[in-house]
Amino acid sequence: MDEIFGIPAPLLFGQLLLGLINGAFYALLSLGLAVIFGMLNVINFTHGAQFMMGAFVAWMLLNWAGLGYWWALLVAPLVVGLTGVIIEKTMISRLYKLDHLYGLLLTFGVGLVIEGVFRNEFGSSGMPYRIPAELQGSWDLGFMFMPIYRGWVVIVAIVACLATWLVIEKTKIGSYLRAATENPALVQAFGINVPRMMTLTYGAGVALAAFAGVLAAPIYSVNPQMGANLIIIVFAVVVIGGMGSILGSVVTGFTLGVIEGLTKVFWPEASSTVIFVVMAIVLLTRPAGLFGRA
Amino acid sequence: MAAPGGFSGTDYKQEDAVLFGFTRTQLIAFLAMVAFIAISPFFLYPVFLMKVLCFALFACAFNLLIGYVGLLSFGHAAYFGMGGYLAGHAAKVWGLPPELAILIGGATGAALGVVIGAIAIRRQGIYFAMITLAFAQMVYFFCLQAEFTGGEDGIQAIPRGVLFGVFDLRSDMTMYWVVAIVFLAGFLLIHRIIHSPFGMVLKSIRENEPRATSLGYRTDDYKLVAFVLSAALSGVAGGTKAIVFGIATLTDVFWTMSGEVVLMSLVGGLGTIFGPVMGAAVIITMQNYLAEFGAWVTVIQGVIFVLCVLAFRRGIVGEIGNWLRVRL
Amino acid sequence: MQINRRGALAAGAALAAGAGAARAQARPTIRLGVLSDMSGPYRDATGPGSVVMTQAAVAEFAAQGFQVEVLQADHQNRPDVGANLARQWYDQGVDVILDVPTSSVALAISGIAREKNKVFLNSGAATSDLTGPQCSPNTVHWTYDTYMLAKGTGAAIVRTGGDTWFFITADYAFGHALQRDTTRFVEAAGGRVLGAARYPFPATTDFSAYVVQARASRAKVLGMANASTDTVNTIKAAREFGLHRSMRLAALLMGIVDVHALGLDAGEGLLLTESFYWDLNDRTRALTRRVRAANQNRPPAMVQAGCYGAALHYLKAVADMGPAAAKADGRAVVARMKAMPTDDDAFGPGRIREDGRKLHPVYLFEVKGPRESTGPWDYYKLAATLSGEEAFRPLAEGNCPLVRS
Repeated sequence: MDEIFGIPAPLLFGQLLLGLINGAFYALLSLGLAVIFGMLNVINFTHGAQFMMGAFVAWMLLNWAGLGYWWALLVAPLVVGLTGVIIEKTMISRLYKLDHLYGLLLTFGVGLVIEGVFRNEFGSSGMPYRIPAELQGSWDLGFMFMPIYRGWVVIVAIVACLATWLVIEKTKIGSYLRAATENPALVQAFGINVPRMMTLTYGAGVALAAFAGVLAAPIYSVNPQMGANLIIIVFAVVVIGGMGSILGSVVTGFTLGVIEGLTKVFWPEASSTVIFVVMAIVLLTRPAGLFGRA
Repeated sequence: MAAPGGFSGTDYKQEDAVLFGFTRTQLIAFLAMVAFIAISPFFLYPVFLMKVLCFALFACAFNLLIGYVGLLSFGHAAYFGMGGYLAGHAAKVWGLPPELAILIGGATGAALGVVIGAIAIRRQGIYFAMITLAFAQMVYFFCLQAEFTGGEDGIQAIPRGVLFGVFDLRSDMTMYWVVAIVFLAGFLLIHRIIHSPFGMVLKSIRENEPRATSLGYRTDDYKLVAFVLSAALSGVAGGTKAIVFGIATLTDVFWTMSGEVVLMSLVGGLGTIFGPVMGAAVIITMQNYLAEFGAWVTVIQGVIFVLCVLAFRRGIVGEIGNWLRVRL
Repeated sequence: MQINRRGALAAGAALAAGAGAARAQARPTIRLGVLSDMSGPYRDATGPGSVVMTQAAVAEFAAQGFQVEVLQADHQNRPDVGANLARQWYDQGVDVILDVPTSSVALAISGIAREKNKVFLNSGAATSDLTGPQCSPNTVHWTYDTYMLAKGTGAAIVRTGGDTWFFITADYAFGHALQRDTTRFVEAAGGRVLGAARYPFPATTDFSAYVVQARASRAKVLGMANASTDTVNTIKAAREFGLHRSMRLAALLMGIVDVHALGLDAGEGLLLTESFYWDLNDRTRALTRRVRAANQNRPPAMVQAGCYGAALHYLKAVADMGPAAAKADGRAVVARMKAMPTDDDAFGPGRIREDGRKLHPVYLFEVKGPRESTGPWDYYKLAATLSGEEAFRPLAEGNCPLVRS
């Protein structure tokens, strides 16, 4: 097992694995965006900054409170989700009656503020965050090295996506949520507090971003710009999958990660644009996205 | 973005156009602006003023789309930056004179605008914003890898050259007058477009697209032409900036630049003629003179963004106009 | 654009003074601007430390008859930001710009200094093009360059059998120059380069994709044509993917600050090339004692020491020709600097060549193991010394247009 289609096996499998890991982050982030968009009709431009905050909260927990990775996985999403709740309560909720574009502009501004504050406080060179002791090392698969931590990221991301899907599709809260997305006035009439649901939905979407941030901390060094570049790709993923579609964002996230990985093997120069090319093609043929309703 | 700032609440005075499509108040404001442009280089740093003018033209071009067609583009950096790259390449490698280089910048913007616009105008609102953003990012990655852009280094040491073979632009003052003329020409062109029958149709699309369609206008064609004009003028602005500063880099094609031009228009007042100019002046001045606060500049920009969206959706010029009951 | 408070106020004052030239007649002020990376990956090796060392030179020189002012600003490693700052500084009365890490920014500023006939004393950037095809009569390249790094480290590794190379290269002027210069030495010694992967700078933090490519190439040596945190992160990714078991890791530009960040456990045995080490001799130790408190209790790094040496020599030249003449003509100051022999506590005696290259001895160091190190920052043992003439590119090979004319 040395070469496949004339490509050295370590290269092919290595890039596929890396593609899958990137795909895991795309899926987690676009899932959060889709949940928020579906309920609030707001494109959350702050999402990248909130992903970064997740990683930074993990770093702070470790360095200021001595709490390790496992605590961070639990605490960071809660903390960042809470800040999301505050942002929704104090700002976003005032804009629901206006054009949706104001929501986009507002969250863009909030993102700038958050990133600026972190850049001021921590500089831009990035902080190291160690892989937890339990997940260090790598398996030698013969044809390639498989770092244990990266395998862990893929598995956890899949589990988190499944759990979110189950909550939305199979629980009572999820059914309220889906109903409120369709017709908020009617759901309100049934005595359900729709504004509170919107607040909690935003908080949950943000918490997902922070969760992804904690997962990313040991792989990418923790730095204030870590979300800024990722978020644009995730936007493209959301557009391809169909805005607001939960299943669409997860499937598209993983698939595009893998496609990107394969492009790195066969045509490296195109790897950073391939996602946008896919997006253009999808928009030309299916304007509502692969899984979206027109 | 329909009726930015909620013009509907204001009871504007009826004013007739007196000259060039300007009302009397607008004419006074315009003359004041020209006077300021003429006097300011004698007491302010001309290179700084040139930067303001380049961005003012960029913001005006952007405003043509958002303010008068109601389309929020989040990818205008692509036309601005690419215009700069091509103008810089033309001046440095092909050795073309600055006037041709700047025109090439505009043509680049227009060409990109045709391709991206044709796809993007099929959707509205948030979708339009996302699509333009994604395409701009494609352009960014292209620039990152293409040979002629110099990748992370950018195109450096672009010569300012000699305009029409007569005016040596190496002098900051000569360069300044050229930039001022380019800006004023672009500004008047945009003003002319808005007040032409074509501009009226654009505004009707902004207010109610289905009705415009039912009146027999091919709205997609109108939107595309407006998109291409906006992109072309952004390219001119980018090309001029590259010639002034002698450098074209990735910063100008990056998506944060798209965000900056939105901010400028928003601060000045979406859908006002003078708003984008005011917004560009405010933001660039802030970047320059508040630079001592380091990364806080980003924070301050973000706060302004938030405040504008939450409390001052009319922007500076829009608020003044509202107060005086005139359209500016 | 970031200027810190002091820099902005001073620049603002210069602007407000407007016709300040008249007032300056009485007691002229020479303005030194340290333009550096104050917030990014090169901050620790350059940045605030470069300002401290420039001020140390001003204090040591104790100018008579003119005032000296030190300004500072952050170019964020972006050529457009750096070029705009430099243009503004030069237009508003700054006479010399120092440091400027990041080769792309340095090349841009070298062009502006020439256009405005001011002085540019580079310490932080590595590209040997500054004294090669893009040399300028207004620029001096003081501390190190890619040719000397490639010769020092690259040649040493090929000698020990590392004859096939794969590069991971930062995609800007510095990375390209370092890869190019190293390739020349590898091939001259009979080695081969099997491939290279370029990554965007400074936006990359995860190097795993490139490490996987490197492994697939089956080269014996991984040449890291990058610097600072990028190098440290590349080494970490290489270890994660088991690369260090099959390949030799060659850090082509690594300084004492990076060794400090990496730790002696991971760094033991690495070979690296520098032109300054604080614990080299009595003069460097004396210099370190003088500045250590101001420099956050760290010894100066190589680039920071270069700012000290360059500023000191510049001030000597200014005093020699008079501040008014020096302010008027940057080219003349650089010519005078080239005519005078250099001597300072960091680099010892040396000289500046006509292409702007500063010549001084260069050292190959080996990183000590944890047990050998006797105290904080005791990291190096000397492996070899090259004279300035041996280490730097011969004048004739640089293709500097100044040399032919």
